[in-house]
Amino acid sequence: MAASAAVRSAVSLTQRFVRVSPDCSICPLYRLNACTGATDGFTAPSRRLRTSIGVWQSGDSSSPEEEERVVNVVYIDRCGQRIPVQARAGENALHLAHKHGVDLEGACEASLACSTCHVYVSSEHYEKLPEPEEREDDMLDMAPMLQENSRLGCQIVLTPELDGMELTLPKVTRNFYVDGHVPKPH
Amino acid sequence: MKMMRMINLVRGSVMKIHGLSRASRCLAAEGGVRGLSSSSGPRVCIVGGGPAGFYTAQQLLKARQDAAVDVYERLPVPFGLVRFGVAPDHPEVKNVINTFTQTAQHERCSFHGNVNVGKDVTIDELRQAYHAVVLSYGAEGNRSMGISGEDLPGVFSAKDFVGWYNGLPSNKELRPDLSCETAVILGQGNVALDVARILLAPVEMLKETDITQNALEALAGSKVRRVLIVGRRGPLQIACTIKELREMVNLPNTRADMLPADFEGIAEALKDLPRPRKRLTELMMKAAKEGGDDKAEKCWGFRFFRSPVEVIAGADGKRATGIRLALNKLEGSGESARAEVTGQLEDVDCGLIISSIGYKSIPIDPAVPFDPRRAIVPNEMGRVQDTAGLYCSGWVKRGPTGVIATTMNDSFDTARVLIQDMEAGKLDLSVNKPGAQAITALLQTRGVRTVLFSQWEKITAEEEKRGKSLGKPREKPLDVDEMLKIA
Repeated sequence: MAASAAVRSAVSLTQRFVRVSPDCSICPLYRLNACTGATDGFTAPSRRLRTSIGVWQSGDSSSPEEEERVVNVVYIDRCGQRIPVQARAGENALHLAHKHGVDLEGACEASLACSTCHVYVSSEHYEKLPEPEEREDDMLDMAPMLQENSRLGCQIVLTPELDGMELTLPKVTRNFYVDGHVPKPH
Repeated sequence: MKMMRMINLVRGSVMKIHGLSRASRCLAAEGGVRGLSSSSGPRVCIVGGGPAGFYTAQQLLKARQDAAVDVYERLPVPFGLVRFGVAPDHPEVKNVINTFTQTAQHERCSFHGNVNVGKDVTIDELRQAYHAVVLSYGAEGNRSMGISGEDLPGVFSAKDFVGWYNGLPSNKELRPDLSCETAVILGQGNVALDVARILLAPVEMLKETDITQNALEALAGSKVRRVLIVGRRGPLQIACTIKELREMVNLPNTRADMLPADFEGIAEALKDLPRPRKRLTELMMKAAKEGGDDKAEKCWGFRFFRSPVEVIAGADGKRATGIRLALNKLEGSGESARAEVTGQLEDVDCGLIISSIGYKSIPIDPAVPFDPRRAIVPNEMGRVQDTAGLYCSGWVKRGPTGVIATTMNDSFDTARVLIQDMEAGKLDLSVNKPGAQAITALLQTRGVRTVLFSQWEKITAEEEKRGKSLGKPREKPLDVDEMLKIA
């Protein structure tokens, strides 16, 4: 209990820091002028996602009566850059990321067969998500840099009470840390 | 009323999307977007059309809007182990093919199948035609157990067995004899568990997958009822992951059969384990304790602390009838624990032995450095040792372990390093390179018939058509010649 609280406060401290100064300078893509920012020249087009929680198809217009179902989400990408987006209740966090050019892979297309959409959820919103099903936990076990607030993006369905949620992409690939950081074994 | 509004909204979106794509096509036609015809951007060649190749290509195309990437693949068909390694009952894992298809269809990417690099064209020829070459050709060889009797009928490598049920042309003549009651698998990674699961899965379930028809028929007539999965070390060192273990535990009409002695001391060690290892071990212990329905006609189990020392041949010496195992004890603990011999031996009767102790890369071309001990191309973060302009990604770079996500991250790393080298001037991009034009011409003079991605699309359409008549997602042709005929 104490351990998880400690991890959670450490995470929120990091996130607070990130909010103050998104650190593009540590990202090699930025240094090489290869950062394409939030709008990417080569994004996955909105695909029909077969999620374990039902089929969801993208549409991109909104009408007045749907405004109260708007959910604001901030993605924090691997360079620390903040990408605020507006979603609608019922949307899926992986699909939303693709729609806005956020660099979150979804190799198995939301079918709980990989861990490439691994994200960290802001702690106050993490509590509000429904418990992961066993299959999600099984896949999370394979993700590098697993934390207390880790979830698979494809399993996060947006609801109004998640307004303001921040989803941070792990700053790491298995061998190459974007900021040169070497993690202690988990 | 609401329905009409929704329909109009959708229609509006669809019109907008059509408009956008029409505009971008016009832009491309007018040369506003650099296409393959104008060649002042970097040209990169990727050897190998599996996950490593495609993920590397994807990152390169994304990071440089002027890069052109060509993927060369030995088989007429792309996707490597996603197509020939992932088990037929794991179709969701194969969804990644959609991502790869997008990459292959990208206007700055082209796929060239049926090209054997090292034989039809050399690495040096590729390096002359491209600014950079990335080796992503994986691991097509097999670690051998190095024991006597390994070549007897009845003994197979997991790589070949998996290739057989997945339609890899070089394994189509495997014809494993499944008339024995017990099968022993050496190795306890996910490949070993895939093999065990396919051997024991109900045929009603398999017949709706893309498993090949000949494998399906062989399995339908199989007498195998007991599968032992043997590992050198203990439960805490097992290499498989929890998803695959759970699938074994949940297999219908089977029960788990393990030795309590193998689990001594494990319960006490649980609390200090990291989460993934802890959950995996808990599930294993639960399966060992509960076993399952006694009336189940099939069973499977892990056997720990055992190494193969000899395949036992029958009286006529003509085929495997058992395996001799040496019992080990563990020195040390955790991931780095070592197995030490005790001198004790144990014989297990079985008619099918499958060695699942690892794939192995092989050298592709004498011009490429190769480390025979580690069976990889020696490299520093993906840059091939002592060879400017040559890179590697995937299993040929790091060794043959990991799931698709691991290879994805690794390929992204190599792509980043390659881009860095471009930006830092380590690759001379000022000189124009001919790229695919030159190589295609060369291959033509050598009588090599390349298969383009649009031709793969014909093959896959034919596979799906054949599958439909059999109630399966696809039926793969087993011959390279047949693939070429359809293309």
